[in-house]
Amino acid sequence: MVTWPAFRRALLFPPLSAWIGIIVVAAYILVAVLGPFLSPHGETEIVGAAYQPWGGPFVLGTDNLGRDMLTRLIYGARNTTGLAVVIAAIAFVIGCFPALLAATLGGWIDQVLGRFVDVVMSIPALIFAMLFLSFFGNTIPVLIVVIAILEATRVFRVARSVAKTIVVLDYVEAARLRGEGLLWITCREILPNALPPLIAEFGLRFCFVVLLISSLSFLGLGIQPPRADLGSMVRDNATLISFGSVLPLLPAAAIGLLVVAMNMIVDWISDLASRSKR
Amino acid sequence: MHPLVRMVLKRVLLGLATLLLVCMIIFLGVELQPGDAAQALLGQDATPESLAAMRQELGLNRPLYTRFSSWIANSFHGDFGKSYANKREVGDLIGTRLFNTLFLAALAGSIAVPMSLMLGVLSALYRNSPFDRITSIVSLSFISFPEYLIGYILILFFTVKWNLFPSLSQVTPTMGIFERIYQTLLPAITLSLAMSAHIIRLTRAAILNVIASPYIEMAHLKGVKPLRVITWHALPNALAPIINVVILNLAYLLVGVVIVEVVFVYPGLGQLFVDAVSKRDFPVVQSVSLIFAATYVTLNLLADVLSVVTNPRLLHLR
Repeated sequence: MVTWPAFRRALLFPPLSAWIGIIVVAAYILVAVLGPFLSPHGETEIVGAAYQPWGGPFVLGTDNLGRDMLTRLIYGARNTTGLAVVIAAIAFVIGCFPALLAATLGGWIDQVLGRFVDVVMSIPALIFAMLFLSFFGNTIPVLIVVIAILEATRVFRVARSVAKTIVVLDYVEAARLRGEGLLWITCREILPNALPPLIAEFGLRFCFVVLLISSLSFLGLGIQPPRADLGSMVRDNATLISFGSVLPLLPAAAIGLLVVAMNMIVDWISDLASRSKR
Repeated sequence: MHPLVRMVLKRVLLGLATLLLVCMIIFLGVELQPGDAAQALLGQDATPESLAAMRQELGLNRPLYTRFSSWIANSFHGDFGKSYANKREVGDLIGTRLFNTLFLAALAGSIAVPMSLMLGVLSALYRNSPFDRITSIVSLSFISFPEYLIGYILILFFTVKWNLFPSLSQVTPTMGIFERIYQTLLPAITLSLAMSAHIIRLTRAAILNVIASPYIEMAHLKGVKPLRVITWHALPNALAPIINVVILNLAYLLVGVVIVEVVFVYPGLGQLFVDAVSKRDFPVVQSVSLIFAATYVTLNLLADVLSVVTNPRLLHLR
């Protein structure tokens, strides 16, 4: 496993594929942050007739309700990526810390948490998410909590197995012997050295969350109208496909591009993280 | 007891325990809802007497654990209760749809598995060639694309541009097998494209892993043809991870099926599930998710057991 300083140095020199990924992801972040300033119209503003063609006053035409498609795409990307970042971050916090504790303490805590995670992971995330959305209603807070918990179980798996390999190292033993507390050992000894693979995992979780949210929205169970969302935009405009228009493919392709770009970065980082110390 | 038998028993017990816990979650989630089945079936303006009679009939005034156990027992007999939405027996709603979904999944599996195994073997054989690179890039992008993107691209070309296939899969119980395959082919291809990437990549990696061993070099030096070295010498030893990934991807079909059925308006379980979730039709939600969960847990179990059977070294881990 690579040490943290070596990892940080290597981060300064991404290869070509990672550069492409970084540029694309940076563009998405820019669009997400600057969305309201970039878009020509309001998020839910109806600006013309439904299904206006490309060009003219509306660069990408209008959607099924006569809203500007470019505006909807910008806001859709903003909502989807914003929500995905929040969910991935929450999933990380509630997945990582129990995992580090479980790995450090071992014993029954490790067993109980491990079994719980096994059960949650034994059902596909989409099915579980749909089940819980039907129980608690599909609102944004429920969506965030449900997906965060589902993804946290995946984070737990990875974080625990990484931490397990670190717990047995000499410097952790040394910290134990000099009487450091649990918090010190997990946060100061284990966490920094578990970080490189965890960063790669964060990117991967982000991809899964984006795909999961937009799949739910595509099914009509995720982000609810009139908020723009890439998944529900595909669903709303799907009828256009039978007239040979690529319009419904645009939001879907936007999701695909983001996930491919993120995967390129993840590939590079996980490659760095697993590289042996030189 | 033979260690293999012990391991299989242990896994089966674990699988059953998992399934039981999932059942509890599914059951309790509905119990937590305000109102009960009698209220939902009779509507808001039901008289207290008719509500009481309905509760008696459905057995709602029994304690929680008896209702839980009878719910599970009834589900095993195919009695899933009545739908809130249209008051029909859930069993009747599920019947033909379950068959349709299984048919779609089987067709997708029988396209995806041979195709991706072949592509995996070929890219291991011609590793680092342009063929290998293209396969790798294409399969990587199919992992990253949402299933509906693949589905709509296929519709755009095969239905709208070339007019070869219907965009809506209309299957009826009485249609012949070839007509049914024709109607189901486009969704099946979408699913196969979405699932094949993992299998291709893992097959390639597993074979390359084995190819590094000395006995493969020996075979090469003996003058065995490269294709035969791969299929005859390398593949059998790479089988364990490949079987594992194939079964796990068959289990993944469950998720894919939900989205693909919505794209192609295919009358299967996935559509039913989506409708039930948005209408909060709990008996249907419960039974469909139970079917999905049971299938998924079983396939995972099978993957575990088969990978140990094909690679006995895994028995002696830890």
